[in-house]
Amino acid sequence: MKKLLIAVLLICLPGLASAAASNYNMEPFKADLRDQESLQRGMALFVNRCMGCHSMEYQRFARTAQDLGIPEDLMEEYLILGDHGINDLMTISMDKGDAEGWFGAPPPDLTLETRLRGSTWVYNYMRTFFRDDSARFGVNNAVFADVGMPNVLEDLQGVVINTCSREELEARGGHTGTLDPLTGIRSGQCLKVQPGTGSMTTAEFDQAIYDLTNFMTYVGEPSRLQAERIGTFVLIFLAIFTFFAYLLKREYWRDIH
Amino acid sequence: MAGKRNKGNPGLMGWIDDRFPATAMWDDHLAKYYAPKNFNFWYFFGSLALLVLVNQIVTGIWLTMSYNPSAEGAFASLEYIMRDVEYGWLLRYMHSTGASAFFVVVYLHMFRGMMYGSYRKPRELVWIFGMTIYLVLMAEAFMGYLLPWGQMSYWGAQVIISLFGAIPVIGPDLQQWIRGDYLISGITLNRFFALHVVALPIVLLALVVLHIIALHEVGSNNPDGIDITDNLDENGVPKDGIPFHPYYSVKDLVGVGVFLFVFSIVLFWFPEGGGFFIEAPNFEPANALKTPDHIAPVWYFTAFYAMLRAVTFSLFGLDAKFWGVVVMGAGIAILFVLPWLDRSPVRSMRYKGWISKIFLVVFAISFIILSILGALPATDGRTLVAQICTVLYFAYFILMPFYTRMESTKPVPQRVTG
Repeated sequence: MKKLLIAVLLICLPGLASAAASNYNMEPFKADLRDQESLQRGMALFVNRCMGCHSMEYQRFARTAQDLGIPEDLMEEYLILGDHGINDLMTISMDKGDAEGWFGAPPPDLTLETRLRGSTWVYNYMRTFFRDDSARFGVNNAVFADVGMPNVLEDLQGVVINTCSREELEARGGHTGTLDPLTGIRSGQCLKVQPGTGSMTTAEFDQAIYDLTNFMTYVGEPSRLQAERIGTFVLIFLAIFTFFAYLLKREYWRDIH
Repeated sequence: MAGKRNKGNPGLMGWIDDRFPATAMWDDHLAKYYAPKNFNFWYFFGSLALLVLVNQIVTGIWLTMSYNPSAEGAFASLEYIMRDVEYGWLLRYMHSTGASAFFVVVYLHMFRGMMYGSYRKPRELVWIFGMTIYLVLMAEAFMGYLLPWGQMSYWGAQVIISLFGAIPVIGPDLQQWIRGDYLISGITLNRFFALHVVALPIVLLALVVLHIIALHEVGSNNPDGIDITDNLDENGVPKDGIPFHPYYSVKDLVGVGVFLFVFSIVLFWFPEGGGFFIEAPNFEPANALKTPDHIAPVWYFTAFYAMLRAVTFSLFGLDAKFWGVVVMGAGIAILFVLPWLDRSPVRSMRYKGWISKIFLVVFAISFIILSILGALPATDGRTLVAQICTVLYFAYFILMPFYTRMESTKPVPQRVTG
């Protein structure tokens, strides 16, 4: 039994090499969960571009519709693809066994991706794919080295070329350079979009990825806004409670010296 | 004696008192339990520990209603609680934040005891019951941490259970017996669930009762470390004592308010506690075939984990891991004998000499440094610091019989001060 287990482990190990650590100097990201339009655009992008392979299997369409202010009939018409109902979990029909054969590992469920890796990571990851002929799907990633996922948004962003070494790419990150408003190219930046290859400008693409990450941040913890609203009332109550408790204490302790 | 009091009174309370010592118990533990009047900030944490215990039990009961203790369903049921159960996120965060808060207040409560000599005669049993609570609490927290069935749940449990494997001869079999399987599986999860929600809470509650009964038998210590029963008035009431209720019940209410305020800020805004209360890898379901990059126990265990890793050499033909486990176990066990290590003529740090004061401060700093180191990946430099801090941690205890006797102490006042 033990030998068998060890044998299984040894066979599986090479395929299990997890995300290679990268020291990419990330651009900051700050979610805005009150921006419902951004969240709605993010969901549309997710459903159309990501949900072929990635599920959000712990989140329900109905809850999302409610929190994002999307009327249920519109949700059912435009954002629920396949034969899901509004009250269903956001699962997909791709078979995990097949997916493993195609990609080496099944595409992970993304419900909690922003809590697992952080929203900043997701935001930078989605924006830093680049062409790499030596890689499996012809693309590599600045944040996730040797990534096993194709660049599904290349038609939006355009073809990206990396002009630096890996070390330089990670060290420079997304901060450097100044943006040329005409071409959308940042000078001094390692990753360069080839003009005319994408349907979005750099600014539009960055906004789209912001919306997507914002949406994924919401799904990671759908109770966040409710928690902060209730928390505010709780703190107000506790402040009043503590004040009167203190007055009571002072009154009782008046005669203790 | 208690059975003879409050008999033959009229009314409903009289009826009850004739059959059950309700008023007598109320008096013994609250209205006529005389506590020293000079309790300071450090004395809030006992009642706060009780508050957190109640929070854990109540939220735990409600979580159990929606939780699925199986390897297949545990992770999903947690997300179900977080998303689909009304206020499920609130219950879950109250429970997860409460777990960390429990250790915060218990560590401060223990430090208070060490500072003012609350473990000294005649309070040895109060201390030992308290230490046993701490031990059971660690087991309770460890088993509870497996239940979300995330990556850190799984691999954290793997690391801790593997410690038992370091015991010579019986180690591997003992490990298997604890897991109930060849590796951590749904079987382990189920038994941990049973222990976490039934067995250990019962033991914990029983120990809390024993802790309080023992305390009320001998009376509370105070920052001066003197006995208030040495100065009684004509009615036999300590001159420096005040009834716990209403004086300390209203005072503790203020403490409760302040504590809950801080607790709520974490609970509603930072439930992950910067990755220390809920660790990021735990947002990925347990996977026996994929090890996280860096496995660290939850923050309240990291000091002892750092001690374990600090032992890097084998001895007497037994490997470093075994001695690491011994050192870690000793680090907890030595706290139990603290009442017999302290030979000072005075109880409180206020009147002890400077050597005691330095040792206590060094001990506290070592514990904090070890806690930080245990959360970080080990490097040669960090291991060296951990080794130094481990030695200092033990020095506080092992040298205590000597330095507490050697040093000169300050005269103790007859009556409590400030």
